[in-house]
Amino acid sequence: MSKSEERRPGELTARELARWAWRQVTSMRTALMLLLLLALAAIPGSVIPQEDVDSLAVTRWKSEHPKLTPYYEKLDLFGVYSSPWFSAIYLLLVISLVGCIVPRLLVYYRAMRAQPPAAPRHLTRLPVHTTYLTEASADDVLGRARTLLGKRHRVRPAAEGDDYVAAERGYLREAGNLVFHLSLLIVLAGVGMGGLWGYQGGVILVEGTTFSNNLTQYDDFKPGSLFRQDQMKNFRFSVDKFSVDWLKSGPRAGQAREFQAALTYHVDDGPAKKYDLRVNHPLEIDGTDVFLIGHGYAPVITVRDGEGNVAYTGPTVFLPQDASFLSYGVIKAPTAKPGQIGLDGLFYPTFEMIDGNPVTVFGDDLLPTLSMLAWTGDLGLDTGASQSVYVLDKSKATQVKKKDGKPFRVDLQVGDTVKLPDGLGTVTFDRVDPWIRVQISQTPGKEIALGGVILALIGLCASLFLRPRRVWVRALPAPATTGAGPDDGDAEGTMNGTGGTLVEIAVLDRSGNGEMDEVLAALVQQLQEAAK
Amino acid sequence: MSNTAWETLSNQAVGMAGIVYFIALIVHLAEWASLRQPARDRELVAAGADGAAVVAPAEESAGHAQRVAFLGRLGFLLTAIGCAVHFVALLGRGMAADPNRVPWGNMYEFTLSGTFVVALLYVVLYKKLGLAWMGPIVVTFIVATLMVAVIWLHDEVAPLTEALNSPWLVIHVVSAIIATGAFTLGGIASIMYLVRMRAERRARGAERELTGWVARVPQLDALDRLAYRVHAFAFPVWTFAVLITGPIWAHEAWSRYWNWDPKEVWAFITWVVYAGYLHARATAGWKGRKAAMLAIVGLATLWFNFIGINYFSTTSQHSYAAERIVGTVTAPASLVVRF
Ligand code: HEM
Repeated sequence: MSKSEERRPGELTARELARWAWRQVTSMRTALMLLLLLALAAIPGSVIPQEDVDSLAVTRWKSEHPKLTPYYEKLDLFGVYSSPWFSAIYLLLVISLVGCIVPRLLVYYRAMRAQPPAAPRHLTRLPVHTTYLTEASADDVLGRARTLLGKRHRVRPAAEGDDYVAAERGYLREAGNLVFHLSLLIVLAGVGMGGLWGYQGGVILVEGTTFSNNLTQYDDFKPGSLFRQDQMKNFRFSVDKFSVDWLKSGPRAGQAREFQAALTYHVDDGPAKKYDLRVNHPLEIDGTDVFLIGHGYAPVITVRDGEGNVAYTGPTVFLPQDASFLSYGVIKAPTAKPGQIGLDGLFYPTFEMIDGNPVTVFGDDLLPTLSMLAWTGDLGLDTGASQSVYVLDKSKATQVKKKDGKPFRVDLQVGDTVKLPDGLGTVTFDRVDPWIRVQISQTPGKEIALGGVILALIGLCASLFLRPRRVWVRALPAPATTGAGPDDGDAEGTMNGTGGTLVEIAVLDRSGNGEMDEVLAALVQQLQEAAK
Repeated sequence: MSNTAWETLSNQAVGMAGIVYFIALIVHLAEWASLRQPARDRELVAAGADGAAVVAPAEESAGHAQRVAFLGRLGFLLTAIGCAVHFVALLGRGMAADPNRVPWGNMYEFTLSGTFVVALLYVVLYKKLGLAWMGPIVVTFIVATLMVAVIWLHDEVAPLTEALNSPWLVIHVVSAIIATGAFTLGGIASIMYLVRMRAERRARGAERELTGWVARVPQLDALDRLAYRVHAFAFPVWTFAVLITGPIWAHEAWSRYWNWDPKEVWAFITWVVYAGYLHARATAGWKGRKAAMLAIVGLATLWFNFIGINYFSTTSQHSYAAERIVGTVTAPASLVVRF
């Protein structure tokens, strides 16, 4: 007795189980469920800040929700779209898709080569049909039907003794459907390429400075997992001038427009070229794109130490805190003698005191003003550990105070110099330079992804708008007795009992969405017109 | 005409369009209300035993049918007029801006355009798809959405923010708005599918015929087919808007063609739900009721994305009203490390 015979009802062999599982995975119902699951799974990422989109917001969120953070981190909720569970859903969808498409390709291949099927014996039993009587001979009717349908249908070759014409159209619908689904795989491949081999880097550049495209020059750099350094193109560019147009009136007064950074760039050691970098107008250099994505102010500040030597000078990038361009920045002069000097504070592009509060009333730098606090002692720079240029380590530093013990403020407008207490030195505000933030990225596969979506759209349209159907026209000698079958009342008058031909037409909708009655009516009209 | 004159014209036109639509709504409601009468007449007939009583309501209902038809036509005509005035409002917005531009600079203008497309599609497809029964619902939707726009979203005419200043704005937004309008019409058909289904079940339970305005709504299978046809038109347009032109534009403006920005996420969700709808119609057991429910879920995600997400999310780069593109994008301080 073999094992399978001992099976209880409902028990499956491994093979049957596998077949069953495969059928489940590739069923329409599963595809539908997976689609809905994908939609559901995408939601959290729109509510919770995402590391890839806005890492600053993630940091802020984490500090506001210390209790939830570990759970969220465990569930990858700060990186939903690259999380294992999100990937699992779309990979299942891909498997289901492949499992669905491949067999259908074969079916389609066979259907493509097949002839339209022969007419069923009783056309009048099909849901959409009609009949009429005519004086034309059966051969004439069929001949006419053949030419008429032949224009836009595939017509089954006539066989000896056939009393009908069989035609079919809309083969491309299924092709469109297959193209659509296959193109989704192309899109996925294109997007995947970007994720694996692409990179994105950002850098802040003060007007007048030059950037060379190598890793050390970036402020931040996010490579894909298969990124290789030799992908970096050899180019450099300098920011000659940055200009911006501030709206001075109207409902959007204070809004900036027409940001424009005039660049001079060199590819390899080629000749200098010019480009005006603007929003919506990235510079493309050999597959690498350079975008203008931000701007701000870099006050030029000179710090002289107690011995009169320049301990720090140059444009210092201040980061905008909000749309008013109130900006925060830090200056570090670790070599100053007798003590290190650190400054941190705010930059007001157009300073004004309102009700005793310092504010900036405009984003343009009409009255640039600095207001900073000073620190001395150990700024934490001697240990060799890396430190952000935008953060002042005050843990071991001491604040510079006035005689009365209140913090000493360094308030400066362009051209001013302030003397620090205790013979520490002086601080001078020379001028303001603008800076721009550029994003530099390579996105390999973006053309593939785009091509894939376009192909998908074409397939989709074919699939949605083509109406496949089968048409049969049968012509029979009319029965001798009038009124035996025709539904067409006034046909009787034309017969005069001489015989004539009874024409039966049926249309079968293969998409389930067509308006077959209209199609049928049009066909009858055309056939009858052709008879005249 | 000066810019302010155009803006005033636009504001007045919005008000006018709102009033005309509102009158259309009242006319349609009157139409619906008269539809209820035959039922009562019939009851009267059943109650009255003498022959005279039988004749009178029959005459009355001939005149009555005429009245219903007249009200229906009047409502449609008013809607068409409202739609024309609505167009003037959009034109005024565009002409009031300096430089002139397409009227899609902020949420107010998007909503104005979205409702306009709903109205326009309804008027244009009225004959072809036999949408007479849809009149009251479409007009209610338009009036309600216009009110939301005027009360909560109104914004003065202003130049486009820099990132919006692109030819892709025209292509992307036109297609998104057309798809939104069409999905809305399709969604209405799906909602009515469920409403009629319920009414039919109840009528069957009470062993009476379907009466009133529900009876005028097309048969279930016709509704299902209508909903499908409109959705099948909207889906490729939506695909074009959010998966082709959107990414191309995002790539130029923000350097990444797809960034899982909340607006993008919800556009994607909407797309996937509608793909689910199209699948559902081809899946045994899902055609009809469940497909209609999916279409309604799709519609909800669509309008949530259109208006809602701007209020729930602060990280969206798509927050049109505020300049976030270049104005306040700060260097991610946490990432910026120099040695
Ligand atoms: C990646 C996820 C998928 C998406 C976004 C998607 C989307 C679509 C869309 C929009 C349609 C309607 C247009 C048309 O008729 O061609 C469709 C139809 C169809 N899909 Fe998918 N699909 C996906 C996966 C699948 C899978 C996994 C299967 C197999 C189980 C499948 C089988 C079908 C079939 C058979 C149709 C034709 C339905 C009909 O005859 O109307 N799809 N799909």
